[in-house]
Amino acid sequence: MDRFQALIDADLRIEPHDDLPEAYRETLIRQIAQHAHSELIGMQPEGNWLTRAPSLRRKAILLAKVQDEAGHALYLYGAAETLGIDRDEMIDRLHRGTQKYSTIFNYPTLTWADVGAIAWLVDGAAIVNQIPLCRCSYGPYARAMVRVCKEESFHQRQGVELLLALMNGTPAQKAMAQDALDRWWWPTLMMFGPPDDDSPRSAQSMKWRIKRMSNDELRQRFVDITAPQAVVLGLRIPDSLLQWNEARGHYDFGPVDWGEFARVVSGDGPCNRRRIAIRTAAHEDGQWVRDASAAYATKHGPT
Amino acid sequence: MITALVVEYVAALADRALVLSHRLTECLTHAPEIEEEVALANIALDLLGQARVLYARGGELEGMGRTEDDFAYWRTDQEFRSPLLVEEPNGDFAHVMMRQFLHDAWAIELWTSLRGSCDETVAGVAAKAVNETAYHLRHSSAWVRRLGDGTDESHARLQTALDGLWWLTGELFEVLASDRQAVAAGIGINPESLRQGWLSRVGSVLSEAGLTIPTVSYMATGGRSGSHSEALSRMLAEMQSVARAHPGAAW
Repeated sequence: MDRFQALIDADLRIEPHDDLPEAYRETLIRQIAQHAHSELIGMQPEGNWLTRAPSLRRKAILLAKVQDEAGHALYLYGAAETLGIDRDEMIDRLHRGTQKYSTIFNYPTLTWADVGAIAWLVDGAAIVNQIPLCRCSYGPYARAMVRVCKEESFHQRQGVELLLALMNGTPAQKAMAQDALDRWWWPTLMMFGPPDDDSPRSAQSMKWRIKRMSNDELRQRFVDITAPQAVVLGLRIPDSLLQWNEARGHYDFGPVDWGEFARVVSGDGPCNRRRIAIRTAAHEDGQWVRDASAAYATKHGPT
Repeated sequence: MITALVVEYVAALADRALVLSHRLTECLTHAPEIEEEVALANIALDLLGQARVLYARGGELEGMGRTEDDFAYWRTDQEFRSPLLVEEPNGDFAHVMMRQFLHDAWAIELWTSLRGSCDETVAGVAAKAVNETAYHLRHSSAWVRRLGDGTDESHARLQTALDGLWWLTGELFEVLASDRQAVAAGIGINPESLRQGWLSRVGSVLSEAGLTIPTVSYMATGGRSGSHSEALSRMLAEMQSVARAHPGAAW
C-alpha cells in the first residue's frame, strides 16, 4: 500500500497488477461501470431516430455514432474488468438498479433535432468531463478515455453541423432545433453531478486523482464553452440569468433544479423504466443465443 | 445503352442493400451481446454505404438530377425493386442471422461477378463490397454453425427460420427485363449465373449446422418487380416520415 500511495503522490498511473486499497477499487468500479452503462443505455435515445433519419448521409453518421457507443461500452467494461469484476456482474447490477447510468439518458428524444442536441450538448458535456479523466490515476481507465475522447469529439462536431443545417433551413427546422435546446439544456448541466457542497464522494476521488476537477468547475467550463457556440448557431439558451461576467472571467448562469435531478436519479425520470425494460428484454431475449454459443464452444472450442 | 431499365437495375442493387441495412438497424439495442451490437451496426453501415453510391450512380445514369435521397425517401414501396427476402420483418436472432446468411452467400457471388461490370462505379462498389461481404458472410455463417450446433433450442429456432425464409430465395435468381438490359449494356450480370455458387455455399454451411433445406411447393416472387409484402410500405413509412414531413428541406 505504501507503493500505491507513492504512485498517487508522484502522479503516476496505477496498473491492474498493483495492490489497490479496496475503497479505491470499489470507487473505480462504480465510476467506470456507470460510464460503461451510460454508453450502453445511451444507444437507446439516439437509436430511437436511426430508423427515421431524414437523409442517407445523416443515417450513416448516426449509425456510426451508435456503433461507436457500443464500442465505448465494450472497452469501458473491459477497463472495469481489470479491477476483478466481470461484465455479466456489472450488467446484472445495471438491470437490478444497483449501478447507475447518467441521468441524461432518461430524457426522451422527441424530434430529429434531439439527435443534434444530444451530440452537441451531451457529448460536449461528456468531453468536458472526460478530458481530465485521460489523466486519471488508474491506467486502463485513463487510456480508454483517450480513445473515447477522440471519438466523442467527432460526435460533438457532427452534432453542431446537424444543428447548423437545421438553423439554415425552414422555419419548422429552426423551431425544432430551438425546442431541442430548450429541453436538453438543463438536464445537460445536471450531467456534471450535484454541486460541490453536496457531492460526498468527490473529495476522496480528488485525493486519489481519479477526479481532477470538481463538479462545479466542470459545469462552469461547459457553460463557458457552450454559450458562445449557441450564439454562432443562432440558438437561445433557455436561461434568463445567463450572461458574461467580466470580473469572474466566466458566464454566470441560473440555478439548476436539483430536485428534478434527485427525482431522475432515484428512478422517476421520464424514461428510466422504459430504458431498463428495453435493456433487460434484450438481455433476456438473448439468453438462448448466449447459451447456444457456450454450448458450441464446449463442443468445438472457442470460435 | 442506358435505358430506364438499366437505371432501375442499378437502383435495385441499392434498394436491396438499403432495405436490409434498415432491418439490421432495427435490431440495434436489442442484440444478444454488445459485440453483436457492434457487428450488426457495422454490417448495416457497409450496406448503407453500398446503397448510397449506387443510388447516386443510378441518378447519374438517368441524368434527371435525382439524388440518393430522392431514391430512398421519395419513392413508394411499389417503386422499390428489393427482393422479398430482405424486407422480411425481424424475428428472433436466428431469423435475423438466417436471413443475413442466405443474403450474404448470394451477395458474395453477385459482387464477385459485378467486379467485371463495364460501369466503373458499379465495378468499384463491387470490388469494395466483395471484401465487406466476405466479412458479413463469415459472421453470418459462424452464427449459423453456432446456433445450428449449439443447443436443442437454438437448433430448432434456426431450422424454423430456414423453413420460413427458404421460399423467398427463388426470386434472387429470376431473370427480369432489367437484368437482360443491364447485361446487354455490360453493366449487370445474369442472376441465374449465381445460383450454383450460392447453392454450394449455402448447402455446405447448412449441412455443417445440421439443418435441412425444406421442400417448398412454391417460390415467392414479386419484390424485384415492385410487388412487395405488407412489410415494406410500413418500413418505408417510418423511414421516410421526417423527410416527407418537411418537403424541400435540406438536412
